[in-house]
Amino acid sequence: MSWQACVLTAKLATLTALILFALGLPLAFWVAFSPRRWKFAVEAMIGTPTVLPPTVLGFYLLVAFGSGTSLGRWYQHVTGGTLAFSFSGLVVASVIYSLPFAVQPMVAGIRGVDRKLIDAARTLGVRKLKIYREVVVPLAWPGLLTGLVLSFAHTVGEFGVVLMVGGNIPGVTRTLSIDIYDQVQDLNYSSANQTSLVLLLFSYVLLCLVYGFNRRSFIWTSR
Amino acid sequence: MSVLRLLTLLLLLSPFLLGQDLRVAAAADLTPALQKLSPRFEKETGIHLSIALGSSGNFFAEIQNGAPFDVFLSADKSYPEKLQQAGLTEPGTLATYARGRLVLWIPLNSTLRFTTKQGVLTGGLKPLASSAIKKIAIANPAHAPYGRAAVAALQHYGIYDQVKPRLVLGENISQTAQFAESGDVGAAFLAMAIAVTPEMKQRGSFVVLPQESYPPLDQAAVILRSSNRKDQARRFLEFLRGTEAQSILSDFGFEVPVT
Repeated sequence: MSWQACVLTAKLATLTALILFALGLPLAFWVAFSPRRWKFAVEAMIGTPTVLPPTVLGFYLLVAFGSGTSLGRWYQHVTGGTLAFSFSGLVVASVIYSLPFAVQPMVAGIRGVDRKLIDAARTLGVRKLKIYREVVVPLAWPGLLTGLVLSFAHTVGEFGVVLMVGGNIPGVTRTLSIDIYDQVQDLNYSSANQTSLVLLLFSYVLLCLVYGFNRRSFIWTSR
Repeated sequence: MSVLRLLTLLLLLSPFLLGQDLRVAAAADLTPALQKLSPRFEKETGIHLSIALGSSGNFFAEIQNGAPFDVFLSADKSYPEKLQQAGLTEPGTLATYARGRLVLWIPLNSTLRFTTKQGVLTGGLKPLASSAIKKIAIANPAHAPYGRAAVAALQHYGIYDQVKPRLVLGENISQTAQFAESGDVGAAFLAMAIAVTPEMKQRGSFVVLPQESYPPLDQAAVILRSSNRKDQARRFLEFLRGTEAQSILSDFGFEVPVT
């Protein structure tokens, strides 16, 4: 197993999960509480990456990142580098690609909070932000945590987008999933098997933790 | 209702109808040339081709694991030779029909200048080592012959260690060209057969690397033992070595006949 690819993948997934937590939380609150009629359009947009082939996103990102667009040129002008074939590019791609895996569990968690408790707090004159912070978040945290963990896990499992915009650079964009693909192509099955097994166990254990944890918190809240 | 039934029947039969095609696994450097070659072959013989394009190493791995192809067109002789040693090919069918050329492609707005004579590089590749060139695209040397050729050429000119951290790897030579086309790389090592296409010419220019700077990219064809269309496959191989196909291959920058 390539240690370099392992560290890189962990770095990418951690960064993506943290960014998505910060971006996703306000978005999830808005989706859960906003009375807007056109909310469904935003929800559909957030959910699109779950059904979109990764190649579609990869293709658009490659074009959007390139010097043929004003966005790509602006980025090159500001940072002196390109988004494609860079670690930052992968972070941008992962944030878009894993967005629904962060936001959807968060929304479910927030919606699961008993409306009466929020109304009660409101009748007592508690301000909105304080209600969010002291009533909703503590009760919805299993959902929020699930969003954080799933966005991390989903980023670890990303393949198509990375293959299309990463450029397979060791230590920069060669993630574990790409590393496995390369090993299989080179008929290096024992090494591919080793890495695959680690990822399989990792994914299973992580989901066990999430489900086990949610079950426990369910028991607590229903008591 | 009858229309629906007909559609269902067609859908059920489609695997058998499609199964009539000659299945060709072709190295990605042949992509543009095959677009011209395959309609001519189909017109001449009435045999339809179903072509899969990718890196030679990728197809090699797939065929070893029983991928159902009739013909394998590799960009490197070593893969078909290894398949032959493994007994997966039809004996006596391995043949080289052309030789690929490696080129260095640079975008139109590039400031890179190389010493050339009639389009062939005569000076070194030193300008590439300049720090102004942030990314250089090559095909993945682990499974794409043009990637290995690119690494060999960089080593030949003594700048491999300097540019290594800036190499971006494409899955095969087509994806490498796509990286070049996106405008995100300062230079790219491509197959001449791809660099001569109008899409690539519109966006940049290229210099041909001299043959002695990399091992030969022999375009070798072989019929697979598992094929049940060997006669049709033989006709395709004959067609590739015929005058018409050879002149088309030559137009795409392949060296023919192989000396």
